[in-house]
Amino acid sequence: MTDHDSVDHGAYTSLVEADDDARWAFGTSFDDPLAGVDTTVPSGVDATALATYCLMLADDALVLAQRLGEWTTHAPEIEEEVALANIGLDLLGQARLVLARAAAADPGVVPALPERSPVPVDDRLAFFRDAAAFRNVHLVEQPNGDFAATMARLLVFSSWRLALLDDLRGSADPVLAAVAEKGVKEVRYHREHAARWCVTLAQGTDISRERMIAGLRAVWPDVPELEGTDPSSAFDQAMDDVDQVLQAAGIERPDVPASGGRGRDGVHTEAFASLLAELQGLAREHPMGRW
Amino acid sequence: MTVKARDVVAQVVDPELPMLTLEDLGVLRDVDVDDDTVVVTLTPTYSGCPALATMRADVLVALSRAGFDRAEVRTTLSPAWSSDWISARGRAALAEHGISPPRPNDGPVDLILMPSRPPLCPQCGSVDTREVSHFGTTACRSLHTCRACGETFDHVKEI
Repeated sequence: MTDHDSVDHGAYTSLVEADDDARWAFGTSFDDPLAGVDTTVPSGVDATALATYCLMLADDALVLAQRLGEWTTHAPEIEEEVALANIGLDLLGQARLVLARAAAADPGVVPALPERSPVPVDDRLAFFRDAAAFRNVHLVEQPNGDFAATMARLLVFSSWRLALLDDLRGSADPVLAAVAEKGVKEVRYHREHAARWCVTLAQGTDISRERMIAGLRAVWPDVPELEGTDPSSAFDQAMDDVDQVLQAAGIERPDVPASGGRGRDGVHTEAFASLLAELQGLAREHPMGRW
Repeated sequence: MTVKARDVVAQVVDPELPMLTLEDLGVLRDVDVDDDTVVVTLTPTYSGCPALATMRADVLVALSRAGFDRAEVRTTLSPAWSSDWISARGRAALAEHGISPPRPNDGPVDLILMPSRPPLCPQCGSVDTREVSHFGTTACRSLHTCRACGETFDHVKEI
């Protein structure tokens, strides 16, 4: 990266500038993910409400992507590490698109940075908002815990997000509808992956079964929070799908009280503070940075 | 001018699957000339595909080398890319390079909880293959191994 307000590191600058060898651009060209897309808010759609809704969709994906990324170098096997990183990458891509959509709908949601800062809007939203401005549910921010708990969370979350995105394909906002259309294809694979693991672990050894049951129990108090997201029909659909998997796994829905999380109102857990510190620390040190 | 620009862009290859041109991959949606600016429209394969930025850069470099100094690359998200957009020539090129091409989409992947249909081994053609990982070396691929010839291979997922 380069800092506009400090020494110009020539060697690094050359990496991010387009030259004849575009391989250097790989992964460094964080340009607008909605470049060239018509982001006019359709008449009859409230721009502020649309932006808030997009932030919620983006934050769920961004935060879970961060948690999934934490498995890298810690997963039970290397193929699983690749799988979790891939799922995180899909979610990160979805997050960038909806963050950019939120910013285009209502520029007021984007944190202010020093004048002439080159940080793009999706990065500003990801890296420069405080915890209270994040709209993600508690389910995605809880520490990973056991691998089985990660799979239980992924099963519930991807079942719910799939139902939600499926519904949003009919959104009055064509940008959100298009993002949803793409997302549905991706999240189907995520759900499939989690569902297979849940069944495999539950039907495996005594130990893997115990851990699957404990994992599901660990994440379940945060599941009811999803129900409050419009449309609530997505939650009903998700629970039907989860039940189908639990039936194949031969385990029951845990009977545990709801945690009553209010992540959608910006109220978060203590664990979220350290997640954000890790996610945002470097970017916040360089508000004039070009990456 | 549009025809020439289109020819130039159509020859740019995918950075991760260089046996495929962007046209074969099905991500090249449009090439048009607006005044004296070439406007290229690409669509991402997956939402988070990091290759899209490289594709944009490669398109601009190819156009600039061919003498088109004014060019821009736009993104379109709709209709969403599907593996069905990979051309017949592209599928053949994948197989030739040891990557199992996607089969036609059967529609939505329902919750089946069963191993998916095994792809054919691109090396020996056997159906006796096993999925090693649902997610492979890139977002668009899964990893498989062939019981007949012992080779491990990538399969471009149906999406």
